[in-house]
Amino acid sequence: MATAVMTTLDPKSRSAARGMSDLSIRNLFIIPTIVFLIVFNIFPLLYSLGYSFTDFRASSPAAANFVGLQNYRELLNDLFIWSNFAITAKYVIVSVVGQVVVGFGVALLLNRDIPLKGLLTTLLLLPMMLSMAVVGLFWKLLYDPSFGIINYTLGLGSFEWLSNPDMALYAVAITDIWMWSPFVMLLSLAGLSAVPKHLYEAAAIDRAGSFYTFFRITLPLVAPILMIAIIFRTMEAFKTFDLAYILTSQPTTEVISIRLYKMAFQEWQTGRSCALAYIVLIMILAITNIYVKYLNKVKER
Amino acid sequence: MRKTVTSMLAGIGLVLACGTSVYAQDKELTIFWAEWDPANYLQELVNLYEAESGVKVTVETTPWSDFQTKAFTEFNAKGSAYDMVVGDSQWIGAASEAGHYVDLTDFFNKHNLKEVMAPATVKYYAEYPSNSGKYWSIPAEGDAVGWSYRKDWFEDPKEMEAFKAKYGYDLGVPKDWKQLRDIAEFFHRPDEKRYGVAIYTDNSYDALVMGVENAIFSFGGELGDYATYKVDGIINSEQNVKALEAYKELYSFTPPGWAKAFFIEDNQAITENLAAMSMNYFAFFPALINEASNPNAKATGFFANPPGPNGDQFAALGGQGISVVSYSQNQEEAMKFLEWFIKDETQKKWAELGGYTASAKVLESPEFQNATPYNKAFYETMFKVKDFWATPEYAELLIQMNQRVYPYITGGQGTAKEVLDALAADWNATFKKYNRVK
Repeated sequence: MATAVMTTLDPKSRSAARGMSDLSIRNLFIIPTIVFLIVFNIFPLLYSLGYSFTDFRASSPAAANFVGLQNYRELLNDLFIWSNFAITAKYVIVSVVGQVVVGFGVALLLNRDIPLKGLLTTLLLLPMMLSMAVVGLFWKLLYDPSFGIINYTLGLGSFEWLSNPDMALYAVAITDIWMWSPFVMLLSLAGLSAVPKHLYEAAAIDRAGSFYTFFRITLPLVAPILMIAIIFRTMEAFKTFDLAYILTSQPTTEVISIRLYKMAFQEWQTGRSCALAYIVLIMILAITNIYVKYLNKVKER
Repeated sequence: MRKTVTSMLAGIGLVLACGTSVYAQDKELTIFWAEWDPANYLQELVNLYEAESGVKVTVETTPWSDFQTKAFTEFNAKGSAYDMVVGDSQWIGAASEAGHYVDLTDFFNKHNLKEVMAPATVKYYAEYPSNSGKYWSIPAEGDAVGWSYRKDWFEDPKEMEAFKAKYGYDLGVPKDWKQLRDIAEFFHRPDEKRYGVAIYTDNSYDALVMGVENAIFSFGGELGDYATYKVDGIINSEQNVKALEAYKELYSFTPPGWAKAFFIEDNQAITENLAAMSMNYFAFFPALINEASNPNAKATGFFANPPGPNGDQFAALGGQGISVVSYSQNQEEAMKFLEWFIKDETQKKWAELGGYTASAKVLESPEFQNATPYNKAFYETMFKVKDFWATPEYAELLIQMNQRVYPYITGGQGTAKEVLDALAADWNATFKKYNRVK
């Protein structure tokens, strides 16, 4: 069946001269990828699932003992872990909503004929091309209460962005919004430029207001691609580590991946951290599934 | 085409052959340590070893925040990248029980290092379990927490007069924690951008815990009974509650944004005219008497951690011992290096370069004690130091302490008693999990 849909090899090509069939060329390309995926993704995934039911510690030569669901039970009863999840949820909401509002807003502004549009778009994309660690380090300087440019510009005196437990998570989210809004902007721009012009012309003839045009034409047509941006950003925000780790060490910014890192590589509770990683994985899968269902619904419209 | 390939292969072969022969001639040792000044001093020291023996020794470093993770990742993988490691004192349980360190008991006894090195360094850097007579490291960098202060601020006649009028006694080096608090309060003037005190608050590794330990130990408290793993009534004792409250009060006299401060920030507090007093490891004091790194070098003084209300005087131990990694392929060479390292003249040279030797003879010499303004305080402190748990699960204990104490110190959440009761419960649960207690 698979061979039937493949185009045939040009009989004059070098590969054909060497006696390679379509099938062998297909295998040549696909098998390494599959082997790579199995060795580096599927195998560790299953292996760590096994570990999650044991008390294994990578730092100890002692053999792993099967403990059943104990790791899962204890993790789900741990108040600190729940507070890590709550922090992560808050971070995801603030950061993704911020990115969508800013990114889509900038895309709307750019979706018209303006001089130097190409250059402007490229410049706006710069933040997301930087390394997370670099962004974290220089935003730490920008936020500094004594000499940071943010307090200086906004006239906030010595406002403590990162050491104030209530503010720190928002400060991290603002940095994330700055860095990743361009990504939402880029996808939105692609969606916006694909909206047929004649729809706007028809709306203009019908004297539709700009509010009506936006909600009835622009938004529904851009929605599928915007949803994809939201899915990507939600998954990324849920897994966020670098920015929060570099910027601040407040307990109020200890998102779940930081807790996971500490559990796995500082405490060396390998079995338990595997269980936590699975809990996180299941949550991300569930959230993504909800989004994908919604995406399909939007597409059907 | 075939000719080109053949000649290229021949070329590669030749390079490899030469490379191997060079490699076989030169013996190399790698020591792993954290990225800080003493590691640079150690590199200078081992260069002398290379000149003597022809064995090249490299001190490889990584930032403090990654040090533990990177070292244990390498150990757990049974990697041979490092021949020796200058590991933190609290690692010794985890590393010895898991077989990452070579047992140095015979070496220790052969050279009578129990007598040669200062007692506290032997107890905390080398021996595990406590009082077992089994040794895993050679005390290398002695260290403890001390204090630096601005002599010019303290000796300003106007300040002295105002201080005496307010508190009823003379302004000077604090004689106890009460005076430390008063002086911090006195110099805390946010409108002048001057603050009372700089303390450790970073909760990513052991900084905050070390800072709190200074208060706890000097208030006469303990973290627990290290032999029986009993913590109830010890970590949440009356003294510890008072000590934690005192540390929290000091936090209110720190510069703005002081919720993630460790050694860099605490030294900056002195160099940038931010604070009157600053807590730091002795290992970071060389930078404070160097005019290139501290414009206030001449006006900087030092003192040992002051006693608490009952006259107990202790300090949190820092510092590390040097251990041979079990997976090293150059263990024999590493042992030869250690033989050289423990020699009196090497230890003397080590102290001259800026390293904090643990050699009792060097520490006691007037030459050492008068070499810098803080060496005498260091010598005194090294005989009254206490350390954190060294059990294999110390990292969990550390994180639990950070989780409980940090929100209280920096965010004012809960009371000291609630925090320490909760911590006692956490630690009990951890010890139960590892069958340390029944």
